[in-house]
Amino acid sequence: MSATTEPAVTTTEKPGQLTKDTYRGRIHPDWCPGCGDFSVLAALQTAMFELGLQPHQVCVVSGIGCSSNLPGYVNTYGMHTLHGRSLAVATGVKLGNHELKVICTGGDGDGFGIGGNHFVHTMRRNVDLTYIVMDNQIYGLTTGQCSPTSVKGMKTKSTPHGSVENPINPIPMAIVCGATYVARAFSGKQKHMVEMFKGAIQHKGFALVDVFSPCVTYNKDNTYQWFNPRVKILEEQGHDPTDLHKAIDRGYQWGEEIPIGLFWRRTDLETLEEQEPVLHTGEGPLAFRSNLGIPSEQAKALINELL
Amino acid sequence: MAQPTKIDFAVGIGGENGQGIASTGDILARIFARRGLHLNAYNAYQSIIRGGHTFLTIRASDAPVRNMGDKIDVFIPLNQDTMDRHLHLLKSGACAIYDSEKITPGQAADGVQLCPMPMKELTQGNKLAINTAALGATLQLLGIESEPLESVVTRQFKKKGDAVVAQNIAIARAGYDYAAQNFKAFPWKTPMGAKPLGVITGNQATAMGGAAAGVKFYAAYPMSPSTGVLMWMAAHARQLGIMVRQVEDEIGVMNMVIGAAHTGCRSMCATSGGGFALMSEAIGMAGMIETPIVCIDVQRAGPATGVPTKTEQGDLWQVLGAGQGDYPKLVVAPSSQLDLFRTIPELFNLCDKYQCPGLVLADLLISEGTSSIDPDELDFNVKIDRGELILPNGNIDGANAASGYNDKAYLRFKNTESGISPRAVPGVPGHIFTAATDEHDEDGTIISDEFTNPHKRRMMVEKRGRKMQAAIDDIAPPKLFGPENAAVTLVGWGSTEGVIREAVEKLAGEEGIVANQLQIRWIVPFHAAEISRILWQKNVIVVENTYSGQFARYLRSETGFDAQGHIRKYDGEPFMPHHIVEAVKDQLAGKTRLSVPVHEVLA
Ligand SMILES: Cc1ncc(C[n+]2csc(CCOP(=O)(O)OP(=O)(O)O)c2C)c(N)n1
Ligand code: SF4
Ligand SMILES: [Mg+2]
Repeated sequence: MSATTEPAVTTTEKPGQLTKDTYRGRIHPDWCPGCGDFSVLAALQTAMFELGLQPHQVCVVSGIGCSSNLPGYVNTYGMHTLHGRSLAVATGVKLGNHELKVICTGGDGDGFGIGGNHFVHTMRRNVDLTYIVMDNQIYGLTTGQCSPTSVKGMKTKSTPHGSVENPINPIPMAIVCGATYVARAFSGKQKHMVEMFKGAIQHKGFALVDVFSPCVTYNKDNTYQWFNPRVKILEEQGHDPTDLHKAIDRGYQWGEEIPIGLFWRRTDLETLEEQEPVLHTGEGPLAFRSNLGIPSEQAKALINELL
Repeated sequence: MAQPTKIDFAVGIGGENGQGIASTGDILARIFARRGLHLNAYNAYQSIIRGGHTFLTIRASDAPVRNMGDKIDVFIPLNQDTMDRHLHLLKSGACAIYDSEKITPGQAADGVQLCPMPMKELTQGNKLAINTAALGATLQLLGIESEPLESVVTRQFKKKGDAVVAQNIAIARAGYDYAAQNFKAFPWKTPMGAKPLGVITGNQATAMGGAAAGVKFYAAYPMSPSTGVLMWMAAHARQLGIMVRQVEDEIGVMNMVIGAAHTGCRSMCATSGGGFALMSEAIGMAGMIETPIVCIDVQRAGPATGVPTKTEQGDLWQVLGAGQGDYPKLVVAPSSQLDLFRTIPELFNLCDKYQCPGLVLADLLISEGTSSIDPDELDFNVKIDRGELILPNGNIDGANAASGYNDKAYLRFKNTESGISPRAVPGVPGHIFTAATDEHDEDGTIISDEFTNPHKRRMMVEKRGRKMQAAIDDIAPPKLFGPENAAVTLVGWGSTEGVIREAVEKLAGEEGIVANQLQIRWIVPFHAAEISRILWQKNVIVVENTYSGQFARYLRSETGFDAQGHIRKYDGEPFMPHHIVEAVKDQLAGKTRLSVPVHEVLA
């Protein structure tokens, strides 16, 4: 797997001249042929194009894993951080410059395993982020070990006799942890995924899209063929995403029928950024504030506290 | 007796946690500082909210005070335990103020004045006000008028309402008058200094230094003894326009700080050794993606949970080695509360210039310790230099280095001669790049799994490393304090500056031993050549708060200089001047080359 450098397509265009190609990154993905992550990348690029996002006003933040290589493949600002840390870094990015669209991408191990603590707390804070998890129920980059979403009994390189642990289910977990937009998509249904992404990016607050994105190399159980007959689109079944208990019930559904689509959305909660007065002083993002430091009147008041 | 030329005294208050010792100390410190006296206060406490033994020492003088000193002049035991542990340490001339109904004194040295007070009567049965009555008596003995006590008591109890203020003033007066009638005041009067001074803790100074430097993002997870920085920041966040966050853990703290810094904010965090260990991997990320951040490690005694409320300098090698791999970072060890305030803006400028993490080694002694401060020395008008930063509307000095919409023209990690590459932040048109923790090319493209790229890897390692070559010229070399020719040179680093300084003065004044001092502030970069030149052919003793001599080893690793002697203390309590004086005498007499002073409080 080697990265081939392609002629970069750049935003030489002025605003309004965006094309689909605008969002293509400098290099071609080095994922295995057939990897579900290609579909996620394409869906994200389409969603950004259809929403008319300016590439320099988007920051895509990932952790580490096959899936986390994504920021290098899109033409936006990107951060390819540490294993499990994308949400913490992204929260810092969003608070530093709340005018950016911040999109996190990563894998199931990255987000629900090593990054589990940040996952829980970023959701309860309702930070205005879009979090796309390429959930292949396996550790791809490290060549096929068990992940937090590997189903019980699954044989992997680290569970040669079958995993004896129960997996976590990110959909109900996200709902109860306070995420305000909780959806699932499937790499085999790209058009539907684009709609999930667009909804997530436009949503104000923390949006999770957990994507079944098959690892064709290391997960021989949860393949395209396995998912194809099982996935059922919630939007085609009249699911009401404002019904909390239904959302949780459908989220747990697994087996012959596995729902994808928007499980849960609420729009009545303020985001973290909306609640922080220091972002709303009329001076723009914290990162671009001029005149750093303390004016002399204020300095005097601070010193007076010590006297 | 005539008034001596220099007045230098200490008040020691001890009891259980929860007996109001800290607030009593605050009142005294403010009274002394408002008179213009210099002071230093150190609270030896335990990590429990109530119960346990706490002992606060406030030392004041009309001359600069750099540490808690060697002796107690006014001893206020609030329980029997404190009386039993400390009375034997009092020397002739000192006095002990205590509740005659609750506490019995043991055997005191000759010349120690016992001052029993009928506290129940004086406080009208208000147990919480015993400290206040003892304060009144203390001021009487020190020859201080009662007005300052009244105004500071008013300030302290204002929030609790007029009735509480009035009652406490009455009780303070009762104590003051009782002492006038029953005890003998000191033969000198507490003088007035030149002008009123302020009172500051090291954690406050650190936070204020951050504010002065233009910090816009501060994150933390509470951990003693660093929490004071978070508390100051949280209290002032809205007024100063600083985003302050308490995060789920220190891993999250450092990653969040890096995210905010990456957008262009000056971002900072403080923690102690345990939290710092969790931050370690992310500090390497700041090095790899060349994002400037500042992190303060307020050291406490380790390892693991260690002794949360005790001081040590045991994190030196942890901080030196923070983050896997080999990459540049800056490490500085301030020597006092004022130095903490000044160091933060200095470090931010260097971090912005060299686009790397900046780490501060503080410790419980100076960060929770209190000192007087001359308000004129807290200069918030500091230089702010953001280095080669590209913001959307031009960098601070003018236009963008490479403006326009052509992203191809911009190489975030450009291999320049200095190793420093102009840094654009997200939101700037025409500068799109991905910052990756994998090894990357000049444009940010990952090269970590390219078979063909040992040459690029080498280039990028050298580019990052090269940034530090010039940094040594930006920092002041350490200076020898005292006469060039001395019988012994005491080398310390960071917070021990004040106590070593006093030991040097005591050696000269009381023992006739000429000593000098080399205090090291900058750890990385290290002025190895200058330090070698200074120490060459000197008789050197390294003074540090570790068991294994971490600093002595570091000194040897950077200079090849092997110190002749060592004074080490790792019992959790800071050095007192006489510990160092006695150890130097022993070592000059050839008795030992490694001294471990014993802390005298009874076990
Ligand atoms: C601190 C740390 N521990 C372990 C690793 C090794 N590692 C890299 S990716 C990965 C798991 C990847 O799985 P997932 O997040 O599901 O991504 P995928 O490759 O499946 O897309 C691991 C364990 C690392 N990079 N950093
Ligand atoms: S190993 Fe699996 S997840 Fe990784 S690129 Fe290949 S198919 Fe995709
Ligand atoms: Mg995976």
